[in-house]
Amino acid sequence: MRIGKIAPALVLALAAAATTACGGGDTSSGAPKELVYWASNQGTSLDNDKAVLQPELDKFEQASGIKVKLEVVPWTDLLNRILAATTSGKGPDVLNIGNTWSASLQATGAFLPFDDAALEKVGGKSRFVGPSLAATGASGQPPVGVPLYGQAYGLYYNKKLFAEAGITKPPATWEELVEDGKKLTKPDKGQWGLSLQAGQVTENSHHAAILGAQQGAQFFTAEGKPQLASDPSVAAVQQFVDLMQKDKIVNPSNAEYADTAKSLKDLSDGKAAMFMNQASAGSFKNIGMDMANLGVAPIPLPAAAPPNGRKVTSFVAGINMSVFKNTKNPDAALDFVKFMVSAPEQALLNKTYGSLPTVQDAYSDAAFQTEDVKVFQGVLANSAEPMPQVPQESQFETLIGTAMKAMFADVAAGKPVDAAKIRDQLNQADQQIAAGS
Amino acid sequence: MPTALDDAPAVKAAGAPGPRRVRRKRRGVALPYLLLLPAILLELLVHLIPMIAGLVMSFFKLTQFYIRDFSSAPAAGLDNYKFVLDFNFAAGKSLLGSFWISVLYTVLSVGFCWLFGTSAAVLMQKNFRGRGVLRTLFLVPYALPMYAAVITWSFMFQRDTGLVNSLLGIDSFWLIGDNSFWSLVVVSVWRNWPFAFLIVMAGLQNIPGELYEAAAIDGAGWWRQFQAITQPMLRPVNQVLLLVLFLWTFNDFNTPYVLFGASAPKEASLISIHIYQSSFVTWNFGLGSAMSVLLLLFLLIVSTVYLGLTSRRRNAVV
Repeated sequence: MRIGKIAPALVLALAAAATTACGGGDTSSGAPKELVYWASNQGTSLDNDKAVLQPELDKFEQASGIKVKLEVVPWTDLLNRILAATTSGKGPDVLNIGNTWSASLQATGAFLPFDDAALEKVGGKSRFVGPSLAATGASGQPPVGVPLYGQAYGLYYNKKLFAEAGITKPPATWEELVEDGKKLTKPDKGQWGLSLQAGQVTENSHHAAILGAQQGAQFFTAEGKPQLASDPSVAAVQQFVDLMQKDKIVNPSNAEYADTAKSLKDLSDGKAAMFMNQASAGSFKNIGMDMANLGVAPIPLPAAAPPNGRKVTSFVAGINMSVFKNTKNPDAALDFVKFMVSAPEQALLNKTYGSLPTVQDAYSDAAFQTEDVKVFQGVLANSAEPMPQVPQESQFETLIGTAMKAMFADVAAGKPVDAAKIRDQLNQADQQIAAGS
Repeated sequence: MPTALDDAPAVKAAGAPGPRRVRRKRRGVALPYLLLLPAILLELLVHLIPMIAGLVMSFFKLTQFYIRDFSSAPAAGLDNYKFVLDFNFAAGKSLLGSFWISVLYTVLSVGFCWLFGTSAAVLMQKNFRGRGVLRTLFLVPYALPMYAAVITWSFMFQRDTGLVNSLLGIDSFWLIGDNSFWSLVVVSVWRNWPFAFLIVMAGLQNIPGELYEAAAIDGAGWWRQFQAITQPMLRPVNQVLLLVLFLWTFNDFNTPYVLFGASAPKEASLISIHIYQSSFVTWNFGLGSAMSVLLLLFLLIVSTVYLGLTSRRRNAVV
């Protein structure tokens, strides 16, 4: 009888993790040092990542004599793999983590703290882009990694559709975004003002965080208590859902969009005029968009700042590099991290992946002087705020994102989503986060 | 069964001296248990130990803070159970919602699987041209890899580009909102009815043809034969079939997970998905374990009551 299988699944996962070869690298005396590295999927496929990273790892081995065994882990598996490794203590030596998980993973105590001495070993604190470094763990505690790939949100727009509608520049305020969106929405032609990944939990949570900051929301108290159901949070979620519900500038079909590909394609095909996303010029190029038609600007702010509203147009997105505390080669691991955040590697890798360097000295590369990179660089430097750096961050993302996904489904089905309904959903999220605190 | 095994060596050793025969007999007694040992050990490792671990976890406040060292997790006593059984509280309210969705899903899915499986098996009893091909075709859903099959359904259910809307000439949502529940039922029935078909077909093979012949001579029509012979003779098969389908369906994780991803729409959030989300997405393993234990208890109670009722009925008939 296959019952009660969910809880035992954890134990099975742990047993599997303990018995399979996911342990750290070889440390037997005299043998060349070896590290195991779990890289997140950044490129177009796992094979593409291997093709990008392996030559760099070979370069590192030649210079240091340290061999790095690479495994590229898909995003869908990464967090569970990290959790299993955390539990079994048999993790890789070095790994990539989504920077929004920093504080949650920090709470497990499984990662090497990057105190001042460790940061000094990888080039010093001052080299890193400030906001990216701030998204590496809870404030007041040593970071749980260093930033590797930087990312920020921007507003992509189709210049051709803008020109056809007589709009000469991207919207500078949220009100203009809605106004332009209405001019650009022509359902009979299958054209909409804005494309949203409304069925994507994490995307929804990112936008809740950005708009929440603009409205003045603090999702957690200073003591780390959840307060998602505050007035500014409700207003932010309402503002986002209203893009489809009240403003009607988003195709209701977007409630089903659970991945970026469809929105990218909508913008490329002229089915949508705007799309808020992380830097993705490479992806647009891959799907054959006429790059002359692609423009990018910061996500607009409200024309009149709400009380306590913050000038935030993105959260600090990106990938960090962390070291497992259980590593038997901490020095070799830090050497490897130092190599990966060195200016030449940062320039090369971020250029390849279309992301932003996380160290100041890599920005001199010509690849980062383009107009769109400058926009994202400006956003990251001036108007980006890390996601709440609290241990419950992963719960926050899941619960608010899932609630918003359900709200979009309701809107698409013609069921109204008002402030009371939003507050009720956010109250439930608060209760669930509190249960796990 | 032990009698048969005991007898075999005894017959072979008939001419052997006494002590040797006793030794062989002893070995004969132990052999079945020795042969069972690997299965018992595996059962312990794969099911019982994790179940006990899950039960223990349900009494601890096991979150991401303690997963690195289980032993440091603070005891929660019955708190996890109180949380999930407090239906005014978010965790309990959503668990109760998922429970009712699972009940409805199970009733519909098992009901339709049984209905389609039985109808097809009865129709396939008659010999007609193309029967073999049709029987093979019926088994296709069961033979296809689960993931590939369900992901194909998810493509077909897409609103703008899916085959379902295109065929029906409508533009409904099937993967979000109210319809998502019906999508889940359709895929589940499509996937599991061939199993019911196979089992019922096997059961029909055991009904002696003479009964039908005698009934036909007495003037009983097709429907009368089905009511008076097929149904009663199939009862033991159906009892097992319905129990197995119930357990599979109530616990179904794969179908909603592949069809909708980790965050199923609330209308199609089965209890297994709910437990998965609590345990592995929001990292509250203690709470998830408590839900698992409650699910285990529920399934045990239902199975026990069902087995009790059906065996009493069988005994009464005998």
